[in-house]
Amino acid sequence: MDVQRADNYELHRREVAKTLLADRDDDFLVVTGLGSPNWDATAAGDHPLTFPLWGAMGGAATMGLGLATAQPNKRVMVMTGDGEMLMAMGSFATIATQATENLAIVVFDNERYGETGMQATHTAGPVDMAAVAKACGFPVTATVKTEAELTEALPLIKEAKGPVFVDIKVKAEPLPFILPTKDGVHLKNRFREKLLGPDSLL
Amino acid sequence: MTENYSWAPDIYDVLKDLDVRQVAYVPDAGHARLLKMCEADNAMRCIPLTTEEEGISLCSGAWLGGERAVMLLQSSGVGNCINMLSLANTCRFPLLMLVTMRAQWREFNPWQKPMGEGTRPALEAMGVKVTQAEDPDEVGETVRSAGEMAYGWPDMAAVLLHQKLMPVKTFGK
Repeated sequence: MDVQRADNYELHRREVAKTLLADRDDDFLVVTGLGSPNWDATAAGDHPLTFPLWGAMGGAATMGLGLATAQPNKRVMVMTGDGEMLMAMGSFATIATQATENLAIVVFDNERYGETGMQATHTAGPVDMAAVAKACGFPVTATVKTEAELTEALPLIKEAKGPVFVDIKVKAEPLPFILPTKDGVHLKNRFREKLLGPDSLL
Repeated sequence: MTENYSWAPDIYDVLKDLDVRQVAYVPDAGHARLLKMCEADNAMRCIPLTTEEEGISLCSGAWLGGERAVMLLQSSGVGNCINMLSLANTCRFPLLMLVTMRAQWREFNPWQKPMGEGTRPALEAMGVKVTQAEDPDEVGETVRSAGEMAYGWPDMAAVLLHQKLMPVKTFGK
């Protein structure tokens, strides 16, 4: 384990979130994993077509799979953390087997459990998450550490024939909480109303 | 027991009536016939999971995108779902789980006992409405009732398919 390495990463997660969520339209659907990715997405601007998970650790990727399968003509991006994704390593195999072309999984990898005291995750050790995704059969994978690499990865996340996996190494840094609403029924209904129309709530 | 799973086509017909499009599963012998029917149906997407927990979030994502999903699993797999049920519970995502039971009737393997006996209380502890079908003739309508509640209210529903509905598994003994 190298528990100091992530202190010096170049990319800041709040800026990365802003970049990923900039200029989005209603054909871009987002699921965010519990903890910091929720706050990052909210800081970049709340949106009815973002579904932030306040719990369900390990569920973000497969939630994205169900959504992407139901909406093959929309792009689905799951934005989650390394700790959340480590709990769902089997999902790489499940998603790759479905070969879901419109799904991108993006991990903000600060090599820490951010909500619980910044303990090191397994990615501070030998685990290479993009290599795991690739070995499971993801056709497009990348690890991003610099601004230039992020610029290169952006079209992969937004458009490449997936499933796409991108591990973005971000600086381990304490940041203020920017919270979305935690009412799960409201989050679900506003998403469905925006995507499927008001009749979907009847 | 029913050697030929005569009730499986009844479940399939109900899933068609309910317009279920995604079928998430960890395979069990008790679901094999139903699964074959679903796999042969181009309007259904069958999604094998590495662990049942994935199915809870998958079904929630499907609903978010406007599709109905079902989970096929064995009672042992219910234990793998417990915390993830928080998602369906808190957000009131519909969830329909069809659970083939172990440790109820002529069970050969004692390792099935803890989770077999724990299936119903664990599901109920997490807020899932549980019904059980024991008679082959009532399986279809039991699933229909649970499905109508799951997608209509919406809420979480599990149907336990009693071990009597399956052939006895004796591991060659």
